[in-house]
Amino acid sequence: MSTSIENLKTFDPFADTGDDDSQPTNYIHIRIQQRNGRKTLTTVQGLPQEYDPKRILRALKKDFACNGTIVKDEELGDVIQLQGDQRVKVMEFLSSQLNILKKNIKIHGF
Amino acid sequence: MKKKKKKPKAVSFNESGDLDESTPKEESADPAVDELTDMFANLKKKKKKPAATSEESSPAPEGAEDENVEDFDFSAKKKKKKKPAVDVSEFEQQLEEAGVVETGEDDDTFTKEGEEGAEDGEEEEASWLNSDREYTYEELLHRFFKILRTNNPELAGERGQRYKIPPPSVMREGNKKTIFANLKDISDRMHRPYEHVMQFLFAELGTSGSVDGNARLVIKGRFQQKQLENVLRRYIMEYVTCKTCKSISTHLSKENRLYFLVCESCGSRRSVSGIKTGFQAHIGKRKRLPG
Repeated sequence: MSTSIENLKTFDPFADTGDDDSQPTNYIHIRIQQRNGRKTLTTVQGLPQEYDPKRILRALKKDFACNGTIVKDEELGDVIQLQGDQRVKVMEFLSSQLNILKKNIKIHGF
Repeated sequence: MKKKKKKPKAVSFNESGDLDESTPKEESADPAVDELTDMFANLKKKKKKPAATSEESSPAPEGAEDENVEDFDFSAKKKKKKKPAVDVSEFEQQLEEAGVVETGEDDDTFTKEGEEGAEDGEEEEASWLNSDREYTYEELLHRFFKILRTNNPELAGERGQRYKIPPPSVMREGNKKTIFANLKDISDRMHRPYEHVMQFLFAELGTSGSVDGNARLVIKGRFQQKQLENVLRRYIMEYVTCKTCKSISTHLSKENRLYFLVCESCGSRRSVSGIKTGFQAHIGKRKRLPG
């Protein structure tokens, strides 16, 4: 009986709620780099392992009508490179298609 | 609302008319009585308050009275204008119909006036403090913000003086370099070493650069003032403002390779991540692969 009463449930206010920011989150970094002239390059670093970067790249290339490659970095793993400033679009794509929280995506650059 | 209000009023009036005051004087039709009624009507007009009727009537319908008062509190002031006409006319009608002539004693009316005066003050959100009833949350909230605004307005949301950081002055050097002239000034305002700001800028912009002789920053690549402003804003958000109290009087301290942001106005501490450049695609001509 007593378990059905809300007030009698033991609740530890100091327990970890699980969704605080202190735990290390793997941010996805979206960066931009300037090339010569008006040209820019967008890099997407830290994509989750469970996704196949090749397929993501293919979808991105088709959606944004740009070229791109996958660069294999020793420390950072696979990094997607896209031509042009695709930062906002990449973020929209990641949050809508892959269900990645927007707070886990960081956009860098100007 | 109106209907609801009329009912208790009528009841209370009847009560008062029948029971309390007028029953003994019902038969007595004095010339003074008319005068009094007139006075009473005037009084009514002046007050323009429906709650008054219930209050006059008798202390018995206390619940009703409370209800009225509360209703009045919550109702907007528009309603106030509508009511009096209805009220007075209704009241007089009832008087005529019943043939009842109320002869309230003078003392009585005075006390009423006093009471009502207090009520009016309450309406102006000032003197409700003197009343005996429980203060509503809203009244207390208004009072709190009023006092807060008068005594220290900077706490009431409106910050008198936001921290002022001059806009970055940016100019172009040649075709491929940008000069950020007042980096030193800005980083002094933020109480940060300019090296730290510089590091952040380069990491965010994905370029490199150097400081020239006049403590100006030379950045490789073309950047506009707006773009650098955005980056600086992000720097301030991340490394300068205290998340707890939003002040920028903070300093960075380094402990065991970790950076901590310590607020000087509220004393809170939070860890900030170091500046990482992340992946850098190499741009330009590719090195010829061996072989």
